[in-house]
This record gives sequence, C-alpha cells and structure tokens, in this order.
Amino acid sequence: MGRLSVDLCGITLDNPIIPASGTFGYGYEFAELYDINMLGTFSFKGTTKDARFGNPTPRIAECTAGMINAVGLQNPGVEKVISEELPKMRKVFDKKVMANVSGFAVEDYAYTCEKLDACDEIGWFEVNVSCPNVHGGGMSFGTSPEMAAKVTEAVKKVTNKPIFIKLSPNVTDIVSIAKACEDAGADGISLINTLLGMRIDLRTKKPVIANKMGGFSGSAIFPVAVRMVYQVANAVNIPIIGMGGVSTAEDVIEMMLAGATAVQVGAANLVNPFVCRDIINDLPSVMDKYGIEDLKSIIGGVK
Amino acid sequence: MKQVFLDIIENIPLTKNVYKMKLFGDTSAITASGQFVNILLDGLYLRRPISVCDVEDKVLTIIYKVVGKGTEQMSKMTEGKLDVLCGLGNGYDLTLSGDAPILLGGGVGVPPLYMLAKKLIAEGKKVSVVLGFNTADEVFYEKEFKELGADVTVTTVDGSYGTKGFVTTVMENTDYSYFYTCGPEPMLKAIYKTSKTSGQMSFEERMGCGFGACMGCSCKTITGNKRICKEGPVLKKEDIIWED
Repeated sequence: MGRLSVDLCGITLDNPIIPASGTFGYGYEFAELYDINMLGTFSFKGTTKDARFGNPTPRIAECTAGMINAVGLQNPGVEKVISEELPKMRKVFDKKVMANVSGFAVEDYAYTCEKLDACDEIGWFEVNVSCPNVHGGGMSFGTSPEMAAKVTEAVKKVTNKPIFIKLSPNVTDIVSIAKACEDAGADGISLINTLLGMRIDLRTKKPVIANKMGGFSGSAIFPVAVRMVYQVANAVNIPIIGMGGVSTAEDVIEMMLAGATAVQVGAANLVNPFVCRDIINDLPSVMDKYGIEDLKSIIGGVK
Repeated sequence: MKQVFLDIIENIPLTKNVYKMKLFGDTSAITASGQFVNILLDGLYLRRPISVCDVEDKVLTIIYKVVGKGTEQMSKMTEGKLDVLCGLGNGYDLTLSGDAPILLGGGVGVPPLYMLAKKLIAEGKKVSVVLGFNTADEVFYEKEFKELGADVTVTTVDGSYGTKGFVTTVMENTDYSYFYTCGPEPMLKAIYKTSKTSGQMSFEERMGCGFGACMGCSCKTITGNKRICKEGPVLKKEDIIWED
C-alpha cells in the first residue's frame, strides 16, 4: 500500500479522496475532464426507489464561502440507475464505487439497497438519512437515534456490503445517533451532510430558493464538520468518512487528524471541477511539509 | 469544456449598466454560438455564467449587465487574468434555420445572437434581427448587427427609439423560415405564442456548477428532464413545457 492509501472496510483505497454524492453525478461528466480512476472512489448521485424530478427552481443560492442547494434528490430511480447510469459509469471507472441511497420509508431504503446489492461495481453503501431537501423522509430518519437504527438494520438485512450511514449535522446530539447506528450494525459513519440554511433576495424580498430553505455547504462549514467528525470518532469504533467544506489537501489532513479514515469533497467540485485531482496531486508535498510519512498513521491523531 | 485563464484586454460600458468585456487566450472549447462561459471571481464562491457574444482569433467577447455583486466586481476590472470554464452548454443548432431566419433578442439576451447572426450570414442566409429594449438609453449593438449585414429592427417598450412595442410586434409582420431567441422568460413565452414556425429559445436559470454535475438548473421538457447548463441553455420550441 502506498503512503496515500487507506483501508475502508476491507477495500483498499489508493488515496482517501472521494467526491461526495450529488456533486459528481455518476462520474462520466468528470471523466471527460480527467481520468477519474485516480480517485479513491466516488459516491454516486443519491438514488431512490422511484424516479424523482426534485424541487422547483431556483434550487441554488450563493453564500459567503459556500452555497445552498435544494435539488431534492433528482435521480432516475434505482432501476434506471442500474440499467442506464451504472453501465455508462463502468466505461470510465474501473474501481469499486460507493452507492448513495435515500428513501421516504424504511422499506424504501431496503428495496433500493437490495436492488443495488447485485451490482458488482458497488463496494459500499452510503445510506443518506440526512437529506434536508425532501419532506416526509430523508433528514427525519437522521434526527432520531431510533429511526436511524431502524434504517441501518433494514439495510444490513439485504446486503453484505459495508454500509456507511450518512448523518445530518442538524441535530442536538450527533454522537447518540452515530452510536445508535453502530449498535444497529453500521460498518461506518459518513458526516456531515449539509446544514439547513436560507437566503433572502433583497430586491424581490423573497427567499432565493423556491423551496425557501436548503442545504448549506462549502468551505464555510468546514470547522463544524471537523468538530463533529472529532466528536463521533471519539465515541464509535467504526471508520468515519469525513466531509463538509473540504477543498484542499490541508483540509484532508485536518479531517483525518480529527478521526476520518477517508474524506469526501462536495461543493468544491462545482466550483473547480479539477479539485479532487488537484488535492490528490498536492497531498504528497503537503504531507512532506507537515512531516507525515503515511496518511494511515494520522487517522484520529488528535485526542 | 476547458478550464482556461484569459487576459482581460477590454472592459467598456455600452449603456449605463451593460458592459462589454474582451478576453484573450485559449477559446478553442467554444464550438457553437449560444454557449456560455463560467467565470470565477475573487471572494465569491460560485462562478458567474455569462453568454458568449463572439469569438474571433482567440478573443472572446462577453456582454453582461450589472445585476449583483459578481457583475459589479467585473465592471470594475481593467486588467488581469480570469479563471474561465469555456464552452459550456449546447448552443444554437444552425442546421434548422431555413433560408430566412429571424433572431429576436431582449435586453442582455441580445449578445448570444451576435455570433449566431454572423455564422448564419456567412452561410448565405437572409437574417432578420429584432433587438428589444425598454427604452432608448438601454439600446446597444444595433450598429454591430447592421455591419454584419443583417436586416435590423430595434423596438422599445416606451417608443423612445425605433419601433414602439415588443419584439413580437415586429415578428408578427415579418416573413421568416425559423426563429432563434434569447431574453427574459415573459418575452420567450410571447414569442412561443406569436411564432408561426419552429425555433430555438435560450433559457436562464440559477446554476451551481454550469457543467451538469449538481442538477441545480433542471427543467422538465417533452423529451424528459434536462439541465439548462448541459442539454440547454437552448431548447427547441416543440420541446418546451412552460411551468407557472
């Protein structure tokens, strides 16, 4: 294993860099720009049982050092993801991919994961119990330890692949939710999803986003993410994928010191489509600068 | 799409709040009129999508209206390099124009029609251009379109310059084989109703990335969901579903 490589539930990643779900599609748009096989892996667009158009537009609002999105899980539904998107993805990506899954009922999550379980190219599941942009599901599963545990158990029953539960920061006590997922059999925890936010247009005196509120992401949320990764890492014994505002190699190292085994990059991909390539290329020299021989050695280095 | 660093070589006001900027460098990724570029600005998180007005000999011309922080910042630039994603969106399809297409632009919807008119005229088409503005002070690019050899009419809503009324006022009294348009949505809707032929319309939407990754600018069409930044911004008339 190289000095950048990490182990994520028994699968070796060449490096810990993973483009986050919803910022990388199914990979092929970015494959036109660079060879995406250089990535650790990527988490594909949030997939649900049925096709979804998502929320009305405008869905995007800019913020200081970040953005709000209210896309609302637009995706073609799990059947079409398997029949159309994954074959296109396979042409440009040879590694195991992370399947991001959302739902509106516990059974939806199980249904979608069971369908995707048959796909060899999927290495891990990332179960999103934290989408702030849909009603009657999504985040409501991630704000209660009991519900998060129920989803975890239901998904564990339909797959033997490792499952990461993706948690919401919009809670009072993220540690209790992470622990409930661990107790229910989760193989890892992904955090943080976006923070619920809102912008108002001074000219129209109306919310910028049609859905009024949306998920705030971008470099502004990085300190919140580091804090929550640190808290959860000190409370559970399963690997953590850290995310939230990561946009440089330095951010990756900070996130790993806080306790992340791998690191996702989200909104930054939308501003600089080459950011993940750049981070991977920058990591060796930044590691040298801070006297880090092997990335694995720094995971959870801050106590 | 290509990420390039372009030099600002000109940035001048055309009207009170509409500016023309010329950028020099590798513009090779721009392959069609009606495409756009996405510009990164210091201190602002998201890029600013701006339509391509013209490309010639490595010089990209964009025309933008000052509407917020980003375009305000752009209007004050005199030199330096800009980080630009070039060649975004589908652009206009020239093959459907017929012999005598009409091009209708409203306000800052005018610029993307310039390179389109140039290309159509180069193909030997008889091109009518209708440029719509609210009032005389806002009019720009009439002379430039005339110099291309287009038959140009300017309309103003208040009648202070050219024909009083809307671009559709002129459209109703013109013979054309096909139409191309870009402008505010109420204008596009009016053209949709007025037009006697098929045509293509360029749409605007708030974007996250501008290159198809975030699904921020999706819309429903007859032939399925499309991203304004990727399968658009130009949609064919028969494909459009209006949502109110």
